[in-house]
Amino acid sequence: MRKIYHRIIQIAGNVITVEADGVAYNDLAEVVSSRGTSLAQVIRLQDSKVFLQVFAGSRGISTGDEVRFLGKPMTVSSSDDLLGRVFNGAGVPRDNRPEIHEEEVGIAGPSVNPAKRIIPRKMIRTGIPMIDVFNTLVESQKLPIFSVAGEPYNELLARIAMQAEVDVIILGGMGLKYDDYLFFRNTLDEHGALSRTVMFIHTASDPVVECLLVPDMCLAVAEQYALRGKRVLVLLSDMTNFADAMKEISITMEQIPSNRGYPGDLYSKLAARYEKAVDFDGAGSITVLAVTTMPGDDVTHPIPDNTGYITEGQFYLRNGRIEPFGSLSRLKQNVNGKTRPDHRAVMDTMIRFYSDYKETLEKQSMGFQMSSWDEKLLKYGRLFEEKLMDLSVNIQLEDALDLGWKIMAECFSPTETGIKSDILTAYWPGEKGN
Amino acid sequence: MPENSKGRIVGVNGNLLTVEFDTSVIQNEVAFVILGDLRLKSEVIRVRGNRADLQVFESTDQIRIGDTVEFTGSLLSATLGPGLLKQVYDGLQNPLNKLAEKSGFFLERGIYLDALDYETQWEFTPTAAPGDKLRAGDRIGWVPEGIFQHWIMVPFAFRGIWEVVSVTEKGTYKPKDTMAVLRNSRGEERSVTMVQEWPVKIPISCYKEKILPVEPLITQQRIIDTFFPVAQGGTFCTPGPFGAGKTVLQHAISQFAEADVVIVAACGERAGEVVEILREFPELKDPRTGKTLIDRSIIICNTSSMPVAAREASVYTAVTLAEYYRQMGLHTLLLADSTSRWAQALREMSGRLEEIPGEEAFPAYLESRISGFYERAGLVLLNDGVTRGSVTIGGAVSPAGGNFEEPVTQATLKVVGSFLGLSRDRSSARRFPAIHPLESWSHYRSIVPADQLNLAVRTLRRGQEVNQMMKVVGEEGTHIDDFVMYLKSEFLDFVYLQQNTFDPVDSASSRERQLYCFERVVRVLDTPFSFESRDEARQFFQELRVTFTEWNYMPFKDEKFDAQEKVIEAKIQEKARHA
Repeated sequence: MRKIYHRIIQIAGNVITVEADGVAYNDLAEVVSSRGTSLAQVIRLQDSKVFLQVFAGSRGISTGDEVRFLGKPMTVSSSDDLLGRVFNGAGVPRDNRPEIHEEEVGIAGPSVNPAKRIIPRKMIRTGIPMIDVFNTLVESQKLPIFSVAGEPYNELLARIAMQAEVDVIILGGMGLKYDDYLFFRNTLDEHGALSRTVMFIHTASDPVVECLLVPDMCLAVAEQYALRGKRVLVLLSDMTNFADAMKEISITMEQIPSNRGYPGDLYSKLAARYEKAVDFDGAGSITVLAVTTMPGDDVTHPIPDNTGYITEGQFYLRNGRIEPFGSLSRLKQNVNGKTRPDHRAVMDTMIRFYSDYKETLEKQSMGFQMSSWDEKLLKYGRLFEEKLMDLSVNIQLEDALDLGWKIMAECFSPTETGIKSDILTAYWPGEKGN
Repeated sequence: MPENSKGRIVGVNGNLLTVEFDTSVIQNEVAFVILGDLRLKSEVIRVRGNRADLQVFESTDQIRIGDTVEFTGSLLSATLGPGLLKQVYDGLQNPLNKLAEKSGFFLERGIYLDALDYETQWEFTPTAAPGDKLRAGDRIGWVPEGIFQHWIMVPFAFRGIWEVVSVTEKGTYKPKDTMAVLRNSRGEERSVTMVQEWPVKIPISCYKEKILPVEPLITQQRIIDTFFPVAQGGTFCTPGPFGAGKTVLQHAISQFAEADVVIVAACGERAGEVVEILREFPELKDPRTGKTLIDRSIIICNTSSMPVAAREASVYTAVTLAEYYRQMGLHTLLLADSTSRWAQALREMSGRLEEIPGEEAFPAYLESRISGFYERAGLVLLNDGVTRGSVTIGGAVSPAGGNFEEPVTQATLKVVGSFLGLSRDRSSARRFPAIHPLESWSHYRSIVPADQLNLAVRTLRRGQEVNQMMKVVGEEGTHIDDFVMYLKSEFLDFVYLQQNTFDPVDSASSRERQLYCFERVVRVLDTPFSFESRDEARQFFQELRVTFTEWNYMPFKDEKFDAQEKVIEAKIQEKARHA
């Protein structure tokens, strides 16, 4: 029989403290207050004091309320019945259908043995040239989408989810606007993808602590599916809310903040989640795409900064386009050598020209005379932005490469590209290169 | 030790435990948390009164107040002996491949395996004889480990002079067999096996003296060896924002550096990066030895999602292994990626200990820890007075926001001999390796003649000035001579500073090739050209660049290479101004 405690000795932020013994670190408890029953998790033990983080928030909790320890840590069901269902951050269904308790697994489990990972070598095709050609997405990659409020990042996530060839999609919403949640649900439904999707949704109006659990729930489920051989795509939006929730708790716990109020273990905490992306040796894979909105569009802000160091590249979404500079897929080298022989040459040369174009644009805006070379670059830049960068472009990789050659041929002579002559001969449109 | 002292847990805060004890504890000693059948390794990091703070190298999930802690009385140590090469360890020297056999996909906590395989048979050849007077680190005999003579040495912890009582005969033995019996001046006899333990946080100092590193450590990366060389026994750091190519650069160095033993410490970084090494090193040939790269490598990996306290230990484990091979007269290279993650591990623990924070909440002892780590590098003269061995340390630094003013970068810059600063601008422009040619520096001597190097550096500097100027006055306002200078600096950048790691030939450039090609490049920089117009000059250099880049992709001194050289020569003569 579990003991019930009736004396809460401290309530600060969303953390309550009770005196109890025999409680294990990370265990769950139920707090019964006038507002209802909420789960809570042990986050610190000090002598006889037990610190609990209350999922529903501490508002309305009285010092005389009942705390009942469940004697187990947080778990989530990993049953196939989860497909098509929607849960909140605490794992409670938010679609008015029954709870699922089969095949429960602990969340935030141990990390994968690096010796059991394999080098990811499978490309995920998205039909977006800025991704497929320039920063190829690879199965088991973890990539954030760095963006700012107002950009169509959720649309981009949804589009990738629809087009990527994966078995299961797991959507984790953190601080999601209710409209955005509906948008995701409707888009997935329209494309008939709802039945292979599991959603853990914490909306902006839900208690902040529940936000903290969303990535762990998503990834624990994803891990189980991947172990069963499924290729899983995890979409998280928005990790900035997750990091802010962590900040809130750590400040409440009087931890010494390291940078702009964020806890010193922000890196480790984010890494523990992102590193769940994996290609198992002999089982499935987990690919993670996560939106990180940059406060003040500042990439040096601790959240995007730490994220960038953890993830295998990043996509910058700005002005409705994926920026070619800064955007990077670290794993692209694993796959783009095997797509088509000219893939790398096109990628490198086009980006270099685009960078030169940006410089010329700067010169132009300062009123300098444009040389004939500058004119070529200006023409190129315009074509590039219009035909390849626009997010509405939806073409296969091969077509995009051909288009790239066409754009270059329209603007430059073959030698001006600096591409190795054998590739030029094979791919330069029209008569043979040089 | 039957009489292990015990303690009782009174606090759990993340991976920090507070433990009440009633006998005595040693600072930094290892203790085990008893959790049912599990024993979780931890380390004492602070003692206050009868309470000790312990960092746990594992998840602290399910630990309760009142649980028992067993102190071991020994410091966190590395196991040293034959069979270390080719291994893949976590930060605590757990072999990951064996762990995978035992526990499958995940790193289950509380499983500790032997770092070495004690069943392997080694062919032992004695070199010491009874009656020899030996000191710690002196040689008793050797076993072949891959291409090396792996010396069995008097354990580094033995103090004073020891006389050899007996040495085991030549033959095949297991690591834990007795190889020799030694006696000290007090008449104590001790047997020596192939295996010894050494506390990782204490430098091994069984050598005669440290000497000044002068010989370059060839990395086969042109911008490093020519412009910012690293010495055998030296230190260097590669700070850079994310996406600037730190890891790619470190991988290139780990593959092509001409060191005997390479130790890669993946400390708090992505697991995927380690996997690349794990899967590729056994396949890649080491041209110097004809064996695969893994044969000369040890990989320590404590990736970002593995417990943070073990991350702190991992760099020490790595450097201890490097020092061990140095003691055999080998040149070892330790690549730590990234020291910032290690510093963050210090910060996390410091925060939990509620220490008064320094800058950006890093602990006040950050600088001394960093310099203590890099100072374990060096070229040493061993006790025999002739043999030299070295540890070279290269640390990647991941400064927050890419800002080099932050504490970890600054503390590192104070103690390293070479600074290879990676720049976001260069990486955005896809100029790799993105080492900034005007901001980086090195205290070591370059492999190329000084006058050539000076000319090249002058050209780069002048080219940058012209570039800046052009942004203000435009191309038409720039004198053609200045413009050509700018084109020359761009030429140098493209054909020499940049190197394609993904090309089988260009990825590694030998010392001879660098000397040869650099001389050729410098001759271009030194040649006066006459051009009618800027467009003509640009066109010329663009074409010259292409011929040169293609030259870089051709194997050194083969037919095509020689032919291409003639093409280059002819191209230069087209526009060279003859006096």
